[in-house]
Amino acid sequence: MPAQFFKKLAVVSPLLLLGLAGCATAPEEKVSLLEQVRSRGELRCGISGRLPGFSYLTTEGTYTGLDTDICRAVAAATLGNPDKVDYTQLTAAQRFTALSSGEIDLLSRNTTQTLSRDSGGGNGLTFAPVVFYDGQGVLVRKDSGVTTLEGLEGESFCVGGGTTTERNLNDVMQARGIPFEPVKFETPQEREQAYLDGRCAAITADRSSLNSSRSGFEAPDEHVILDEGLSKEPLAPATVDGDDQWADAVRWIVYGLMSAEEQGITQDNIDERVASATSGADQENAALRRFLGIEGDLGGKLGLPNDFVVQAVRAVGNYGEIYNRHLGPDTATFIPRGLNAIYTEGGLHYAPPFN
Amino acid sequence: MSPEPLASGRPPGQRRRLLLILLQVAIGLLVLGVVALLVSNLQVNLVRRGLELSFDWLGRPARFPLPRGLLSYRTDDSYAWAFVVGFVNSLQVVVMGLVLATVLGVIGGAASFSKNWLLRQLANLYVAVARNVPPLLHLLFWYVVVFLGMPAARNGVETLAGWLRLPISVEFMALLIGLTVYTGAYISEVVRGGINSVPRGQWEAARSLGFGEGRTLRLIILPQALRAILPGLNSQYINLAKNSTLAIAVGYSDIFSIANTTFTQTGRSIEAFALLVAGFLAVDLLISGAMNVLNRLVLRHG
Repeated sequence: MPAQFFKKLAVVSPLLLLGLAGCATAPEEKVSLLEQVRSRGELRCGISGRLPGFSYLTTEGTYTGLDTDICRAVAAATLGNPDKVDYTQLTAAQRFTALSSGEIDLLSRNTTQTLSRDSGGGNGLTFAPVVFYDGQGVLVRKDSGVTTLEGLEGESFCVGGGTTTERNLNDVMQARGIPFEPVKFETPQEREQAYLDGRCAAITADRSSLNSSRSGFEAPDEHVILDEGLSKEPLAPATVDGDDQWADAVRWIVYGLMSAEEQGITQDNIDERVASATSGADQENAALRRFLGIEGDLGGKLGLPNDFVVQAVRAVGNYGEIYNRHLGPDTATFIPRGLNAIYTEGGLHYAPPFN
Repeated sequence: MSPEPLASGRPPGQRRRLLLILLQVAIGLLVLGVVALLVSNLQVNLVRRGLELSFDWLGRPARFPLPRGLLSYRTDDSYAWAFVVGFVNSLQVVVMGLVLATVLGVIGGAASFSKNWLLRQLANLYVAVARNVPPLLHLLFWYVVVFLGMPAARNGVETLAGWLRLPISVEFMALLIGLTVYTGAYISEVVRGGINSVPRGQWEAARSLGFGEGRTLRLIILPQALRAILPGLNSQYINLAKNSTLAIAVGYSDIFSIANTTFTQTGRSIEAFALLVAGFLAVDLLISGAMNVLNRLVLRHG
């Protein structure tokens, strides 16, 4: 018996060692995620999935929202098909690990851009352009009569764990000397439930998130978001640090959507504009021809098809169309454009030149 | 044993022992090698990303708020202190949970031997229901349905906190009661098994000496059952400690919840999780150690 066992062991152990050595040396040459996405034929996108207006599940079983449209635009630009997206729902605490472990290619989940998250010594992300300028706000019951943070002295706040909101709330309240009691929850649903059941006098979160939460309440009119803002929350998609090719591609796809709005190129007129720039009235418009990939190799420089902007806009429309579809006046989650207008209309969205 | 001819002149027993030792050494080396490979792999990959392991951040101010707890905490205290606060918060729930679950479990286990039909059925019903519902649902039931759903229950907790002068929150109570009820059911079964292991003759002997039911149980049966109960209790206690991480679902700031916030704020997920693992290892080893000492005492004197 033992002799047989040893013989087997003698055969198996070198194989085992070989296998382990393989594990240790394998990830030497890193292939850009752009290449990986293309060979996989699918974009893996991390989203919240629980935030109406940004990403949530419709009754048809598909995801919709501003954040998911960014995923779709990237899939359209890289793969030529906006439906080739594999969504993963992530909580606030899970999102960075999912990205750094390579479980997802792109994080499009109302994530605030901050120094710590950007830096290699912090979460090690690379941020794409901001797609939504947000700010932290406070939601209270209308009948409480509270209009300022001072009115919430000594009260409980329901906050989300693993977000910047905990720290922002503390920074502001400490600076103004207002004592309060935090109650921390993992998901927005738990937070809302606790607030509606009267555990907390207020919820604090990004205004966009509060707005979505309120739209799901039984009586949205009984709750108000205080005018005071607690912080700046620029929400941006993110990719993992150290993959510049992929980060550049995502960045310019997003800029493409914004630039398209600035130039009045929409989902409806994109084909006309392409035709006109190819052999029509816009034939001499070199900047437009470059933007649409008819001339030059702007897309090629990024490792994308030359007409990547056309693909993206054809799939989801320009930035303004995306915004209006999910957050416009006709939606239940209406948020006035404000800072989120294009710079020519008084907002902050400003795409660098496509040159 | 296969009757192989011996190559060397050593007696077969000695040769076999030598082989076994060699095998142990080989396996030991293999395990060490694997661990070393994994650690170096981690190190290499972290360095490549500019993320060397470091614990410097522990001294920096945490800046996130926490609800009032046993230990005083200000937001300019360090991350290290926040961890300690979380650890003590966890310990508070675990220790109180252990005591209450044991009391509940002993009552439940003993009640299943009662002559009273109703009591017996109630004990069985409790075990059947509590044991077959996942612990997370226990917690959510107490939190959402009882404490958030019924203002009277919430006021009760506030009154209790005032009486005891302890910082007891609704979240703490939901966690404590949920864990107690869930673990108590398992302990009931452990106690029932222990009592079952005491020979019937002991009951009959006690009865013939004129002992009543309660005194028989207390003075004759339970002391003898203890030997069988203690090892089973140990694993239930450790389960309770581990289940306490479900605190995050009911908004209680235990060590897990604090580690969670810490690693999203600092990006130090590996270090934060290492501390978390060390914390739980400490709690569980403490419980195991204490139970082993107790076990030895019982075996010697019981």
